[in-house]
Amino acid sequence: MDLNYSPEELAFRDEVRAWLAANLPQELKDRGHLSKEELMRWHRILAKQAWVAPAWPKEWGGTGWNVVQRYIFEEELGYAGAPPIIPFGINMCAPVLLAFGTEAQKKRFLPRIYNGDDFWCQGYSEPGSGSDLASLKTKAERKDNHYVVNGQKTWTSYAHYADWIFCLVRTDPTVEKRQEGISFLLMDMRSPGITVRPLILMDGAHAVNEVFFDDVKVPVENLVHKENQGWTVAKYLLGYERMNTGRIGESKRELRKLKENSSSKLSDVRFRDRLTRVEVELMALEITNLRFLDRMRRTGQPPGADVSMLKIKGTEIQQALTELAIQTADPNTRETQALERRYLDMRKTTIYAGSNEIQRNIIAKMTLGL
Amino acid sequence: MNFDYNEEQQLLADSVRRYLQKDYDFEARKKILSATEGWSERVWATFAEMGLTGLPLSPDYGGFGGGAVDLMSVMEAFGEALVLEPYLPTILGALAIAKGGDAKQKQSILPRVAQGKMRLALATGPRGVVGAPMADRIVFGSDGRLRIVSREEIEVRAYRTVDDLAAGDIRFDGKGEPLAGGVLDEVLDLGAALSCAEAVGAMKFACDTTLEYLKTRRQFGVPIGAFQALQHRMVDMYISYEQAKSMACLACSKADGALEARDRAKAISAAKIKIADAARHISQESVQLHGGMGMSDELKISHTFRRLTALGRRFGDADQHLARFASL
Repeated sequence: MDLNYSPEELAFRDEVRAWLAANLPQELKDRGHLSKEELMRWHRILAKQAWVAPAWPKEWGGTGWNVVQRYIFEEELGYAGAPPIIPFGINMCAPVLLAFGTEAQKKRFLPRIYNGDDFWCQGYSEPGSGSDLASLKTKAERKDNHYVVNGQKTWTSYAHYADWIFCLVRTDPTVEKRQEGISFLLMDMRSPGITVRPLILMDGAHAVNEVFFDDVKVPVENLVHKENQGWTVAKYLLGYERMNTGRIGESKRELRKLKENSSSKLSDVRFRDRLTRVEVELMALEITNLRFLDRMRRTGQPPGADVSMLKIKGTEIQQALTELAIQTADPNTRETQALERRYLDMRKTTIYAGSNEIQRNIIAKMTLGL
Repeated sequence: MNFDYNEEQQLLADSVRRYLQKDYDFEARKKILSATEGWSERVWATFAEMGLTGLPLSPDYGGFGGGAVDLMSVMEAFGEALVLEPYLPTILGALAIAKGGDAKQKQSILPRVAQGKMRLALATGPRGVVGAPMADRIVFGSDGRLRIVSREEIEVRAYRTVDDLAAGDIRFDGKGEPLAGGVLDEVLDLGAALSCAEAVGAMKFACDTTLEYLKTRRQFGVPIGAFQALQHRMVDMYISYEQAKSMACLACSKADGALEARDRAKAISAAKIKIADAARHISQESVQLHGGMGMSDELKISHTFRRLTALGRRFGDADQHLARFASL
């Protein structure tokens, strides 16, 4: 048993760290909400270094890193306070196209995703379909060589920045098993009939939207995989290898900042012990994550329901850190405002990307056989 | 980076586990428990035959030169089976002598420990010394001084701990033989790390058996594991177990691998905090999810509850380790 990185892995980490120190613009660090230009600026810096899509096959621009290297890379991005790589293109649409897309679709979309020419968003949730995604109602009717789409998506992150949206739509409302009538469709956000309306969240930020589809014409070549087989595509994406579900680098950075900013609070044993318990959970999560990676590396098996555990613990830690952070500034002061906004913002983490309750359902079913 | 036991460690863990499954199941344990001594000489002799009593000792004394991770694999299995014999007290006493004793002390004690002919205990005060009633020597530490006291010099008032271990309050008038005192912290840290591994073994049993119960116990016409309220609690137990296991790995790999004492102490305190919290969480939930059966002395789960309750506090409870973690 050896919990340490190998010398090669340490050298890799140092290389990533040094590169970030030299190339991550100061003004992009530690920012809650970024403009499209800022997000794309960072995307292009990474693309120029050929590091924007590590998990892709090498022929499409992937780095060929193993799972541990990819984990180290993502952890270092978080630890450096770098902006996120917006996942919808790089980590969601692209893996789907690589697994299910036609050659023409890959050639058309992948290079533009890589270079940041197209900004993608994800059309999954609907007003009546959240955790119960398969109940979705947005319908697409085949007319000659296109689909006509009508309906509504909601909670659509960055729809107001997006050039493209990938959507789950209902192409067959008659099937008994709801999952069997769903298709995976790519739509140009400039298509006539698409309307984006902002949803302002409780921190005052505009990051999510409602998207309305009113007789939107989508060419049939934008169907991914077979008609009515979209659920297979969606499920594939859920099991897709994500290295950084636990957001460990990010939380390490937040913890470090919290310690720096709370020196006066640390003499309060009650605060100190709460902080230590969160730190211990984070240490444990890091090792748990590495244990899973080590197992993945040895067995070649996808992580499966392990990812759900990382998501549950990781988001609980993220939230706990923001909760402690607001205690470090006096209430009602100017200094507390940014901390409070982050506290408000982070409440989303246990809800999005499959609520933590859904994650528990997944573990109960897949891991425990309940 | 590698989180597995190596081949030798795995073989050892497997053979210990096989032996315990065969000869130390809950019924066999009950018999040992009902005897006056509360532990079994025969089992102890088997531990010695398997090489466990000499595992961390130098080959010079008939041992195998094993480290904390070797011991971890044994302690996990012992935790699962709720072993009653004074293995950890003996090992810690022996390591205190191995690290702080002179040649004569080592030569007179360690080979006999390895052969299973001598048992030890480690005391940091006169009260609550686990393993004292059956110890041939007690390594006694107080005020930074460490000495070996032989059984004849000690008066032991014996009793059983909440998890049925033979323990005692001790009194002695003699001086004992001095040992180098500086080794006590290191040995206690190892004890703390190994108690984490033991707790993880007990947690594994608690999780496994509770999951089994959820699948077999039927109420309202369905297995109770069909209820989401219980599923989510089971999932949280399982997450606690995985997090605790991660910290036990950290503690044991630092117990004799850390370059600095501070690094070691910090990792072990962090592990103890997590293990104490997880031990409480898992033991309480496992009893609750068993309903009335969880309270029954006739099921192993209640004995596991008692072991986890004790392990959460042995070698320092969460509050003590929170304080130490913050001071480092």
